[in-house]
Amino acid sequence: MKNIYILILLILMPIKAFALVEVDITRGNLSPLPVAVSPLSIDKKSKENFEKLLKKKDIGSEISIIVENNLKQTGLFNPLNKDAFLQEPNIAHLKPRFEDWALIKAQVLVTGKVSFVNKKLRVEFRLWDILAGKEIMALAFTTVPTNWRRVGHIITDKVYETLTGEKGYFDTRVIYVAEEGPKTNRVKKLAIMDQDGFNTKYLTLGNELVLTPRFNPTNQMVTYLSYFRNLPRVYLLDIETGTQEVVGDFPGMTFAPRFSPEGKKIIMSFAMDGNSEIYTMDLENRVVEKITNHPSIDTSPSYSPDGKYICFNSDRSGYQQIYVMKSDGSNVKRISFGKGLYGTPVWSPRGDLIAFTKLHKGKFYIGVMRTDGTGERLLTENFYQEAPSWSPNGRVLIFYRETKTNSKGEGFSAKLWSIDLTGYNERQVKTKTDASDPSWSSLLSN
Amino acid sequence: MNLGKILKNGFLILVASLVLSACATQKKSTGQMQGDVYTGTDTIKYLAKGVPDRVFFGTNENILTTASRDTLRKQAAWLRKNSNVNVVLEGHADERGTREYNLALGERRANSAKDYLMTYGISSNRISVTSYGKERPIDSGSNPLAWSKNRRSVTVKAN
Repeated sequence: MKNIYILILLILMPIKAFALVEVDITRGNLSPLPVAVSPLSIDKKSKENFEKLLKKKDIGSEISIIVENNLKQTGLFNPLNKDAFLQEPNIAHLKPRFEDWALIKAQVLVTGKVSFVNKKLRVEFRLWDILAGKEIMALAFTTVPTNWRRVGHIITDKVYETLTGEKGYFDTRVIYVAEEGPKTNRVKKLAIMDQDGFNTKYLTLGNELVLTPRFNPTNQMVTYLSYFRNLPRVYLLDIETGTQEVVGDFPGMTFAPRFSPEGKKIIMSFAMDGNSEIYTMDLENRVVEKITNHPSIDTSPSYSPDGKYICFNSDRSGYQQIYVMKSDGSNVKRISFGKGLYGTPVWSPRGDLIAFTKLHKGKFYIGVMRTDGTGERLLTENFYQEAPSWSPNGRVLIFYRETKTNSKGEGFSAKLWSIDLTGYNERQVKTKTDASDPSWSSLLSN
Repeated sequence: MNLGKILKNGFLILVASLVLSACATQKKSTGQMQGDVYTGTDTIKYLAKGVPDRVFFGTNENILTTASRDTLRKQAAWLRKNSNVNVVLEGHADERGTREYNLALGERRANSAKDYLMTYGISSNRISVTSYGKERPIDSGSNPLAWSKNRRSVTVKAN
């Protein structure tokens, strides 16, 4: 994957820190903010160059559609129909006629301009507050033309950040397991795609079973479980170079891997003689440490973002529950006490919450609780769903859901879904094949 | 199917449902399950004549039932006679659990079977253990009977 270039960000104008329009993302947003995303203007020559290079007729318009779709998916914004726009993109970008945009009920306006400069794609964009009649933000940057979809995501990140006061999550990718074939013999491959479902690439061929890929939060490394030669082991994969290696030299099954927050360790389970324990391996000096020591199942470990604590899944009480311990394995405390079974704890990147899967009376729930176990909130209920993964800003969870088969055992499917921390805005994340075990990357830029 | 057969089947279903409702709080025996442990035979393969290849478990359990122990004793006797054969015990779980926990649970189930084979004289270096969690169901149904068939440890010849 060579097209991951560091983008050069040039700030056009210093921006005042206060936003006039604000979007409250802490409650389920029932009245999304009306936003007009003008097609980015483009001169004739640039248009021709991009068309030749990228086989896209109007890259300015394409990028604005990416921004529009991203904003719509959040549930916080309502992008207005472009047919109603009165101003030409190039004129609007210089100075919008605010009355025209107010007329179609837009509260904010995004304008921009793309051009082909020294074989690079240069983009500038501005965010306008229609009611106040002011520019809120302006930014320009240059990148390689093949990064054009990322340009749309970066614009969305900036717009989202300005209007909500929180970091965006649009210039990100999702790694997952692509699934095909009958339920009794699924073929599974590692796949990666942009957060909006585009640019899907397969990283393994499907010759061996692969499960639970997870991103390193600091780079483009991935850890996952592979049944290569029928030996279930944790592997490390560099998605830039494609090189793979087994993690550690364990005489049995290793599984449930995750990176530590600074990306220097892998934490995972090692199963031996019917007992699964949690271990870490330092990726620099290869030192292996045993973290838990209990004759029950200890698995699904996940670090707190400061690296000081680990939440994990154990059945030491008799059933699957969620526990928190210090990162050296001391001070083990059970935190889940509600009805039912709890699994797949995963610490929020903001540090304040733990997302989990819960099984109660034959239904599966995705929920969140505080790190001491209080404030449990169930976000969604279904026949089967599990494995939440946080967006890098901690506002959205992505997970997978499986359907119940009919009496003949037919009709099985597995799909990715996302839901807001508020419990609103549940939606299917489109994938080319059936999919499971999603893991959200951190922001690729900034 | 003639009318008599239909009536007979209907009667059986009626009896079965009466039995079920009568002992709803006790362990159910439906002919194919005892409690929620599978007791049928339609998924079983044989290592040799009269030596079934698999044992079944209750939900979240790794306890060997009387029938399972009987199967494993047969396997042990056969393995003692065929001392050149090594085996892999493949532990499995049903689809009603989280993926990672089920991997651990499958490993635990296969080890229950391994421990029992070892007490009947099979050396641990002839037995390797692996887990597929819920990845390789034998029955694709989403119902208690299908799940009971999938909670299993299967003894597979390794050579």
